[in-house]
Amino acid sequence: MSDQEILKVTDLYKKFPITKGALLKKEVGSVNAVNGINLTLNESETLGLVGESGCGKSTAGRVILRLLEPTSGKVEFDGTDITALSRSELVPLRSQMQMIFQDPFSSLNPRHTVGSIIGAPYEVQGIKPAGGVKNAIRETMERVGLNPEHFNRYPNEFSGGQRQRIGIARAVTLRPKFIVCDEPVSALDVSIQAQVINLLQDLQDEFGIAYLFVAHDLSVVRQISNRVAVMYLGHIVEQASRDDLYTHPYHPYTHALLSAVPVPDPKVEAKRERIVLRGDLPSSINLPSGCVFSTRCWQAQDKCHTDVPELQDMGNGHKVACHFPIMEFLGTTLITGPDSGVTAQPDRVVPPPSEVLQSLQSGRATRPKGIDYAEGEKPI
Amino acid sequence: MTFLSVTDLQVSFSTEDGTVKAVDGVSFNLERGKTLAIVGESGSGKSVTSQAIMALHTGRGTTVSGQIELNGTDIVTASEEKLRSMRGNEMAMIFQDPFASLHPFYRIGSQLAEAVYAHRKVSKKEAKAEALRMLNKVGIPNPEQRIEDYPHQLSGGMRQRVMIAMALINGPELLIADEPTTALDVTVQAQILELLAELQAEFNTAIILITHDLGIVADKADEIVVMYGGRIVEQAGLHDLFYKPQMPYTVGLLSSVPRLDSAGNRLLSIGGQPPSLINLPTGCVFNPRCAAKNPDIAPRCESERPELREVGENQFVRCHLDEEQREKFATTRLAEVLEGE
Repeated sequence: MSDQEILKVTDLYKKFPITKGALLKKEVGSVNAVNGINLTLNESETLGLVGESGCGKSTAGRVILRLLEPTSGKVEFDGTDITALSRSELVPLRSQMQMIFQDPFSSLNPRHTVGSIIGAPYEVQGIKPAGGVKNAIRETMERVGLNPEHFNRYPNEFSGGQRQRIGIARAVTLRPKFIVCDEPVSALDVSIQAQVINLLQDLQDEFGIAYLFVAHDLSVVRQISNRVAVMYLGHIVEQASRDDLYTHPYHPYTHALLSAVPVPDPKVEAKRERIVLRGDLPSSINLPSGCVFSTRCWQAQDKCHTDVPELQDMGNGHKVACHFPIMEFLGTTLITGPDSGVTAQPDRVVPPPSEVLQSLQSGRATRPKGIDYAEGEKPI
Repeated sequence: MTFLSVTDLQVSFSTEDGTVKAVDGVSFNLERGKTLAIVGESGSGKSVTSQAIMALHTGRGTTVSGQIELNGTDIVTASEEKLRSMRGNEMAMIFQDPFASLHPFYRIGSQLAEAVYAHRKVSKKEAKAEALRMLNKVGIPNPEQRIEDYPHQLSGGMRQRVMIAMALINGPELLIADEPTTALDVTVQAQILELLAELQAEFNTAIILITHDLGIVADKADEIVVMYGGRIVEQAGLHDLFYKPQMPYTVGLLSSVPRLDSAGNRLLSIGGQPPSLINLPTGCVFNPRCAAKNPDIAPRCESERPELREVGENQFVRCHLDEEQREKFATTRLAEVLEGE
């Protein structure tokens, strides 16, 4: 991993308009898929983008590659603002940024041979590799663990895991600097999933590729990422280095997410408490006012329903958008601690944010008392 | 008497490419109030096994043999009439995709009421009251209004709740949950698993939980059956399976799953692909992918199908390796995973 910044996303918005009427289309509202996200990505770094379905993580990935047009905001790739480029100006840049899709069945053309699928980028970009296209394709196939003799086969002759390797081979054909991986392992069996994760890591080590790894599986994201951003309703609510995020998250939503993932270890499982969130994700057509998580947050106060929390840096690049960040490092106890499970607190007093911030700045991080983790109730 | 006992279950389908033995010699028992998890990858036969218990294999070219005794009734030989009275009443099933399993044209209230009519002589009003009671029980907010909704008006988690309500409305003693949370988000998954556990405690239901997620297994199962290539390759209680796994495949699974509570060591993946059921490898079905195979034993692994044998209290394994070899493989593999934590 180097410090060379390769991608910078500033204040990115994506709205899908909802129209009424056949001829004179009137805009009656919009689905607010991505609402002002900021991201940076360094060379050979992996940034995990996690969240539940409908949180806008896949849309964000596509907008960043300009497969979808952003509503507003800036995406700088290698110093160039790609949102200002025309379609034809974008083509040469495409050799540097690629995508791997979730579904290894629908993302490969069934009428093309594996060789022509993997070699398509050469044709599109008009690049002639030394030693011939065929040899270059064979080399790439070998690199991703496919048998180069299968050059002339069709995708339906391969299993799910092998098809995902074909998709990966296509993405790395031109040795890009940046790949958006959209749920690349969620359609695969457990034993195959591990193979593909290892392959992605090896390719990164070898070619120095930066990944934006979009996924809903928090265990997989922990395995592969250097940094992690958590999305909820189109907003990034928390962003930190991997270990910081998993061992001491600040945002209540991150706590809830982490506590909901079962761990394959019965002794650990028996000691964990779940934060069960009440209700469903609100619609992204009518976003909640104030903090987007306030409708499901068990510690929401009046302020949370009116004021939008800004992403604030809590130190060490750990950013959180919450008026009342959870200060006690529940993460460690919640996830790995054998004897300090989270229990319900008897008294429910939440200190005002000024106090929380003050104690934070003075280095005495204390946690607001009175969070009932058993249920998603609001404190009195 | 055992509540559910499956003995030497065989299911095969005849296809254009030949006969597919999807399930071969599966046996297990299950008591009331307990949860049995069936774990395996796609094509391992876990869903086919559960469908056989519900007697859903009625298609032409499908043969089911062996014994499935539920409360003393053999399901394999029972008449269709008898089966109709048992399905929904004594045994029920929830599926992975709640959208595909609810009828899109009927209100959820009438779909729930239908399940009541099918088994009880009740008035329309009583059936509706029953539907309402069940919706309440599974935690649907405003059930009085929701009962008039169509499936598309509900979210995925809500639909799965409706499915559970429908499955449990007649108080079945056996519930088969086939990947009940795979299509749901983690926070919703947690809600649904909690709900199942609560209802299980209330009705003393036996649950067969089919899943590929070892985390859910660790959280909810009492007993576990690991399937591979249509066969049971290991069967054990919860703690034995996770802390004393015997079968190299189980060890491989445990060491290839990324864990929420451990930081990125390289995953020890199982090489190769799951076998094709039409063209199973000779000998042990797992042998082409087995990392524990050594030159001394390899000829046997490649030629002779191992039997399922008892290796501990209620622990069974289908492997030619002896105890010492199995243990050595398991401890070194799992130690490699834990290394550096």
